[in-house]
Amino acid sequence: MQDQVLLDQILTCHRNEPGGLLPVLRDLQDGLGFVPEESYSAIAEALNISVAEVHGVVSFYHDFRTEPAGACVIQVCQAESCQACGSRELTAHAERRLGVALGETRADGAVTLEPVYCLGNCACSPAIAIDQQSHALVDKARFDALTTQWAQESDT
Amino acid sequence: MTRRYFLPADTTAGALGADALAEQLQGALHEGETVVRNGSRGAFWLEPLLEVEEGGERIAFGPLDGRQLGELLATDYTQWREHESCLGSVAQLPWFKAQTRLTFKRAGIDDPLCLDGYLAQQGFEGLEHALHLAPEDIVEEVLRSGLRGRGGAAFPAGIKWRTVAEASAEQKYIVCNADEGDSGTFADRLLMEADPYQLIEGMAIAGLAVGATRGYIYLRSEYPRTWEVLHRAIGKAEAAGYLGDNIGNSNRAFHLELRIGAGAYICGEETAMLESLEGKRGMVRAKPPLPALEGLFGQPTVVNNVLTLAAVSTVLADGAEAYAALGMERSKGTLCLQLAGNIKRGGLLEVPFGMSVREVVEQLGGGTRSGRPIKAIQAGGPLGAYLPESAWDTPLDYEAFAGIGGMLGHGGLVVFDDTADMAAQARFAMAFCAEESCGKCTPCRVGSTRGVEVIDKIIAREDPAANMTLLEDLCDTMEHASLCAMGGLTPHPVRSAMTYFPEDFCKDVGEV
Ligand SMILES: Cc1cc2nc3c(=O)[nH]c(=O)nc-3n(C[C@H](O)[C@H](O)[C@H](O)COP(=O)(O)O)c2cc1C
Ligand code: SF4
Ligand code: FES
Repeated sequence: MQDQVLLDQILTCHRNEPGGLLPVLRDLQDGLGFVPEESYSAIAEALNISVAEVHGVVSFYHDFRTEPAGACVIQVCQAESCQACGSRELTAHAERRLGVALGETRADGAVTLEPVYCLGNCACSPAIAIDQQSHALVDKARFDALTTQWAQESDT
Repeated sequence: MTRRYFLPADTTAGALGADALAEQLQGALHEGETVVRNGSRGAFWLEPLLEVEEGGERIAFGPLDGRQLGELLATDYTQWREHESCLGSVAQLPWFKAQTRLTFKRAGIDDPLCLDGYLAQQGFEGLEHALHLAPEDIVEEVLRSGLRGRGGAAFPAGIKWRTVAEASAEQKYIVCNADEGDSGTFADRLLMEADPYQLIEGMAIAGLAVGATRGYIYLRSEYPRTWEVLHRAIGKAEAAGYLGDNIGNSNRAFHLELRIGAGAYICGEETAMLESLEGKRGMVRAKPPLPALEGLFGQPTVVNNVLTLAAVSTVLADGAEAYAALGMERSKGTLCLQLAGNIKRGGLLEVPFGMSVREVVEQLGGGTRSGRPIKAIQAGGPLGAYLPESAWDTPLDYEAFAGIGGMLGHGGLVVFDDTADMAAQARFAMAFCAEESCGKCTPCRVGSTRGVEVIDKIIAREDPAANMTLLEDLCDTMEHASLCAMGGLTPHPVRSAMTYFPEDFCKDVGEV
């Protein structure tokens, strides 16, 4: 199957790289959108580590997911500089507008709303990122304009 | 007539619409005109900042939106200066005049990936100089410059380098800490995006100084554009012989690899970062051994922040004395301040150490963006204290800050206006620690979770006096019994909020 081919390619590429586990997981997630648990044993074998170690690393880092995310990932910065510029209100607004709670994927799989702790746009807070593309000075109106296709306006 | 337009390709400029403007501009170019996607000068309050260069003159427009650009493009160039968004020459703005730019002197001037541009502006002069020096003389130069680590702990770079240089090992490493996890900081990002060769140069110099032939840049994953720039810069530097087996035709090798983090704040802590580079969970290591002696893969390793390594290029190019002539007392050179939060003119300011917080925030930063009074300023990232007005006259200097129970850290200043709720900020600090703790020690892992609960009780007015005392105890334990600064410094923001803004915790606290 397709996924196996990708995994093999990635493992060949990083097998001899010192400390190659993170690059492997990163490439796999970039390719598949998540790191399937079924891949752990092949990764462990290729890198000569235990399956528990792979599991430990995947669960430690915020970026890795073991389930696919929504078709679009919207991140709202929750860190101090953005807090100082209204990110708490913006987050509540985003949850209402998108119909999904922070940290969750909407039931229809269209959008995942995630917290992020600083996108490096702090001089122009608050900031969000839509599929890794960041936007700064985001007030409610700008948020609405940027997210029209995902709007759902509910009271979750 | 040739005319060049400059529009930054920087993350923040892009986040404010610069890419769309560049496209609009590209579609309207005349014969002999080009668009350069430069880095940002860091005046983020003016982004997107368009600069137009013609006949040796360069004038700026900003912050510019699509409508304004459309207006400009529809009128004759001779009338542009009358446009509402025209700023004249950027260098003449008070915001820039107040600065002394060393590390950021090239930022925003040119295409960051243009090697010729870099060379034309003193680029690789430091490396050329280093190639003619004995390793111990490079270390000596850095020592004499007084350069201290810019990543937070302010440890003298030369001393760390000397330790690594004197260690004997088959393989040594240079690791650049580009994790930039602190909220309110973006100087590393700006430098890497606007002047990536300077970092590459600094790392190569470090390699020569300590005898390391391999280097890693550990970049946070929240910076995809930065990754792109660095990735290309490394490729171009390799092709031009500034990296590889024979740097600058010296027969000496330095190989550089870019690694990307995976969203863990603790991986900014140097030993956790090394674990992460080794492909493990980012758990903090106990010290000793120091990473300088047993670092990456157990080998002697220099771990330095982006700005520290970049500054080394300047030190080697201009000489230690020139660098040390700036600054005050034990804080030498320039400080890269990042103005963030509720601020009118946010961005990067490179100033000599010694200006006061108030001068910077009120005069250069223009006060709050909301126009309301400033209530608190958090200095030094999420582990830094919230400073009340009485502390704003403190000069920006490592020791002076330590003197008021704060820290300068990576140089981030986050401004809050009077609508901020300091109990909520204290709660967040605890919650952040609970979320980001590596889990190795109990005071941090469990203490921070308890901290959130206790603050919730205080806010809910459940036995506030007893719970305030409990919170104090908890802070004491975290401070004294944590292995690293994550648990050890989280009490900073919490305590400062309690001490200076008690009214936000419970109204009747006066009677407590
Ligand atoms: C919790 C924690 C987070 C840190 N985050 C960073 C960071 O993001 N970037 C950085 O350069 N240093 C960070 N540091 C400091 C590093 O551990 C280390 O002191 C620094 O990288 C050394 O480089 P320097 O001497 O050039 O400052 C952090 C420290 C702690 C305890
Ligand atoms: S203080 Fe926290 S982050 Fe630091 S080692 Fe202990 S548990 Fe890990
Ligand atoms: S704190 Fe939100 S972008 Fe930095």
